[in-house]
Order: sequence, then structure tokens, then C-alpha cells
Amino acid sequence: MNSLADQFLVLCLLLNFAVLGTSRLNFSVRSVALQGVLLGVLPALVHPFSWHLAFIVVSIVLVKGALIPFLIIRAIKRAEIEREFQPFIGYIPSLVLGALFTTLAFIFAAKLPLAPEHSGLLVVPASLATLMCGFLVLMGRRKAISQVLGYLLMENGIFLFGLLLADAMPVMVEAGALLDLLVGIFVMGIVINHISREFSSIDTSRLSALREE
Amino acid sequence: MMWALVLLPLAGALIAWLIPDNRKRALVLPVFALAQLFLVGALLVDTPPVSPAGWIMLDPLGKLALISNSVLFAVCAFYAVGYLAYRRRRPNRVLCAALLVCLSAMTLVTISQHLGLLWIALEATTLTMAPLIYFNHNARSIEATWKYLLICSVGIAIALLGLFFLAYSTIVAKQDVTLLLPSLISDAAALHPGWRHAAFIFLLVGFGSKMGLAPLHTWKPDAYGEAPGLVGALLAGGLVNCALLALLRVYQIAVASSEGAMFQEVLLVMGLVSMAFAAVFMARQSDFKRMLAYSSVEHIGIITVALGLGKGALFAGLLHMINNSMTKGVLFLSCGNIHRAYNSKSTTTVRGALRRTPWSGALFLAAFLAITGSPPFSPFVSEFLIVSSAFVQGNFWTGGLFLVFLALIFIGMASTVLPVVLGEVPTDIERTRYRDTLPTVLPPLLLMGIILTMGLWLPAPLQQLLHEAAGLLGGGA
Repeated sequence: MNSLADQFLVLCLLLNFAVLGTSRLNFSVRSVALQGVLLGVLPALVHPFSWHLAFIVVSIVLVKGALIPFLIIRAIKRAEIEREFQPFIGYIPSLVLGALFTTLAFIFAAKLPLAPEHSGLLVVPASLATLMCGFLVLMGRRKAISQVLGYLLMENGIFLFGLLLADAMPVMVEAGALLDLLVGIFVMGIVINHISREFSSIDTSRLSALREE
Repeated sequence: MMWALVLLPLAGALIAWLIPDNRKRALVLPVFALAQLFLVGALLVDTPPVSPAGWIMLDPLGKLALISNSVLFAVCAFYAVGYLAYRRRRPNRVLCAALLVCLSAMTLVTISQHLGLLWIALEATTLTMAPLIYFNHNARSIEATWKYLLICSVGIAIALLGLFFLAYSTIVAKQDVTLLLPSLISDAAALHPGWRHAAFIFLLVGFGSKMGLAPLHTWKPDAYGEAPGLVGALLAGGLVNCALLALLRVYQIAVASSEGAMFQEVLLVMGLVSMAFAAVFMARQSDFKRMLAYSSVEHIGIITVALGLGKGALFAGLLHMINNSMTKGVLFLSCGNIHRAYNSKSTTTVRGALRRTPWSGALFLAAFLAITGSPPFSPFVSEFLIVSSAFVQGNFWTGGLFLVFLALIFIGMASTVLPVVLGEVPTDIERTRYRDTLPTVLPPLLLMGIILTMGLWLPAPLQQLLHEAAGLLGGGA
């Protein structure tokens, strides 16, 4: 793996913090989209050219960099909100926890029994850290859109791990997973739209009618 | 031929989408469900060999899931015509199309031998169910849909990570990296133990949350409670089997590796915990549809216990998978009828269903007896076999707890079901148009017939198939 790829991965890690530390949803969406594009380009830097690779790179950049952000930003516009309010876990604690998780990811990755050609790479710790940050956003925020962004961060983390298997994954599986993700975000966007119409807010803590008595 | 099985419902979905008339559209469902059922029958008699790349094959486990899914879907499709006739004003384009897409994805789960493909299909079933749960378009159903969508998506994402770990364990073990089931099974013992172990845990959590194993079941009561009865039937009888089949694939690999015993122990504990959760929450449910969700958690628990016991219990566990699907079908469809008749699903309003809707009330009562394991219905047979094999193995704790939970659940469920079915109809109930008619009563009655028949006499080919499938899981016939 070359130094350019490493820089991309570092940038991905920084983008996690951008999402963790901001309340502005538009900014978060763009950060997650940028992260997706970086991840999409990564395989092209590491592996020699092939049509399979070109197809994957183009489709990931298209889906994660254009279509998904478009869907989410449309949902934001329709719901007429710009910011996350009063998250369950505040921005400063989120950042601190994010830093903690990233450190732990590096320590943990160093102990993993990786294949010799993968040991010492930045991919595994970056994957684990992104996954954990995704979880943090998913659990720490109130707005449905922030939760979708957390889910996307998680997906990005999982996808990063998938880079280690890039030669092995059949193109159909990758394309199928990407399609599922796209449809998933599409459905979530529609549901968010309905939540905002029904509750005049997309605050998921208001979704509390269904409780055990 | 195999691809036709997947493409046929998709074509049906397209046609359903294009038909402009709300009333005629529903007729597409039974037509395509029957065509699919015939195709399944033909493929069962004359099973084609593995596809060239090894991705698509119908093995005994897949056959079992395919049979129960297709039968249940066909029954639900006929019911849908009657059900939608009562809900003419609500647009049903999305419902009809999504049902058929879901059937296609469920079928793909049962025939795929490549774990990546299986994952894609399973995720597709999750997504297509979302608009179905949201059919009623109100605040409560959107809450249920959001919970379902988020929890299941995250669960399935975790399962994907588990699959990646599994693939990575082949890289570390210096083998050709693959997610094809047969080669994973044959190389299971040689895979890198650390990664394989992590993969099993992640896959169990991922597929477990989709199946609704406690404590990952939190989306279930909401989704089952708010979805229309026929969607509930498909969730509890169809989708659950798909997720279970995914778990069975992992089980096959685990048993072939050295970790089989550990994996079985985890399953045993999770199964018993699910039953315990169900026993606690089943009591005093004031919403009889939510109660069915806990019954679903219970039966997933029972099947998982059977998997955990292994050996002789596997046959019974697989039989219970089919029994559970069929019985859940009756429960949800009849309880959907009662819901329509009273326009409420609270046990304080709904009383005396046997008088208001004699057929649906009787079916609900019979299915309650069946699902709680009363003879002569088929769940009795499978539950009895599971308990007896626990005792035969000398696992008295499991057998004992199993019986205690079953007794508690019987009492809890009876305290909800009996007042709903028996007793006097309250005088101040809302008047509704619903009357028991042939299209809404015959489908659950048919399923009830299947349960009764299977309880008295298990057809030899099915028995053979169950033995073969149990053999694949390491429980020799």
C-alpha cells in the first residue's frame, strides 16, 4: 500500500471526527459523502487496473458520492431542518469517545492475527475506528437523519475491511451490496419524510408510542 | 429453471405496479403465487444440479425453507384479495409490488449457496418489508417501521462484517478466498481459528437480530403489532425462516469446524433466554397482536434450543420451523380478521370474538392451542421430540427449563387469548363492515388443515427431506 493510500485513510479518520463534532447536518452529509468517495477511489490506488476494478470504483463513487448524498439532502430540505438539537451524547463527549475508540482500534488492530501482507497497514485500524464512530453517531443522536449518517459511517467502516478482500469478492456481490445500500437509504429517506410529516419533527425520541406497559 | 423461480415473482411485481386499478391489482398476487408454487413443486420433483459457478443449488435445507415460504405466501396471497377488498380506499400498489419482490428475495435466500449472494437477498427482504409494515400510514406504524428498518439494517451490516471475517480467515489460512458454502464447509477445520471464531459471533448477532432472538428482538413487537395481519404472517412465518436458514448455513460451517460444540452451547443459551423473555412479556399483554410477536420470539427460541442440542433434536427443530410458519400464518390471519371486525386490537375492547366472527374466533383459538403445543396439532410433535431428545442426551436442565417456560407461556398466552375469543361481545363496540367470508376464512382454515394433518401423519417424502436436511447439519438420520 502506498503513501497516497495512507493519506486517504488518515483523511477518512479525520472525517469521522468532522461528523462527530458538528451539529450541522449538511456538513455531516458532505463529510460522509467525501469519505465514501475516498474509499471508492482507494482500491484504484492499491490494485492494478482491471475492468472489474474500474466498474466497482465508478459505481461506488457514483452511489456514495452522488446518489446517497442527494437522497439525504433532499430529505433534509423536505423536513426543513438544518441542525441536530440536544443529542443524547454531546459533541465534546462524542469527540473524546471518538478519539478513545480510534486509539483502541489501533491498539487492537496491532494484536490481530492478520495475514503477513496486511500487518502494519492502516486499513484495519481505520476500518474498526470508522465502525465504532458510526455506532457512536447512531446511538448518540436524536434526529433520524443523523442516525442514517451513523449507519452510513458504519457501512464505510465495514467496506474498508472489505478492501482486504478486494481480489476475492465477486463483482456481483459488491454491486449487489451497493444496490442494497442505495435502496436502503432511499427507503429510509421516504420514511424520514413521513416521520417529519406525521410528527412535524424528525426527532426519533418522539417515536415512543409503542412501549411495553 | 432456478432463475425462473426468482424472476417470476419479479415479473409479477412489475405487472402489479403497472395495473392502474386498485381492485384488480390484488388479483395478481394469487396468480403469481400459484405459478410460483407449481414451479417449486416441479423443482422439488426434478431438482436441477448445481449451477456452473456453484452459486445456485437447492439442497434439502433450502428445500424445506422454500416449501414453507411458498405455501405460506400462496395462502397469504389468496387472503390478500379478501383483505384488500375491505380496504378499498387505501392504495395498494406498493403493497402488492413489495409483496412479490419480497417473495422473489425470499426465494433467492433459499437457493443460494454463495454466502455473499445470500446476504444480498436477505438484506433485500429486510428492505421490501419496510413499506409493508408501513401499510397503514399512521404515526404508530411509522414508528414501528423506523425501529425495524434501523435495527435490522444495523444487524445485517454486522452480519456482513462477519462474512468478511469468514472470508479473511481463508486468506490468513492461505487458502483460496471464497464464500461458497461447500468449500467453506470442507475447509472449515483449516480456517484460521481466531477470525473464524469472530465471524461466528458476528454472524450470530447479525442474523439473530433479524430472526428476533432475545435480547435482539426489540423491533419485533412493534413491527408485528402495527403491520397488517398478512404482513405479520409473512414476517413471522417467512422472513424468520430466511434468517434462520442463513444461521443454519453458519451452523453447517461451525459443525464442520472444531468449534461446533461451542457454537451449539451459545445457541442453547440464547434459545432458552428467548423463551424466558417471551414467558415474561407474554403475560398480561393488552394488545393481542403484540402478544403474537412474543410468541414468535418463543418459537425462534425453541428452534434455536433444538439447534443447540444437536443430534436427534435437529430433525425436530427443522420440523418445528415448518410447523411454526404454518401456525403463525393461521394466528396472524385470523387475528387480522378479528382486528378488522372490532377495529381494535386491545384486549379490553375485543371480547367474545367467537360470537362476532365465529370462524376467525375458532381459528384463533385452535391456532393458540396448536402453537402452545397441544396435541393433535403438529407443533406438539416437534416440541415433544425436542424435549425428549434433551432428556435422552441427559441434559435435564435444558429439558426442565424448556417445559417450565412452555407452561408459563401457555398460561400467559391463555390469559390474553381466552378473554378475546370467549365471553360476551361488549355492547358499545364500534360497528364495522367486516363479516367472516370465504376469502378471509378459507386461507387460514387451509393452513390449520395442514397443521392438523402433519400432526397426525407426516408424509414420507417430507420425513425423508427432514432427515436429509438434519444430516447436513450433522445430525445423522
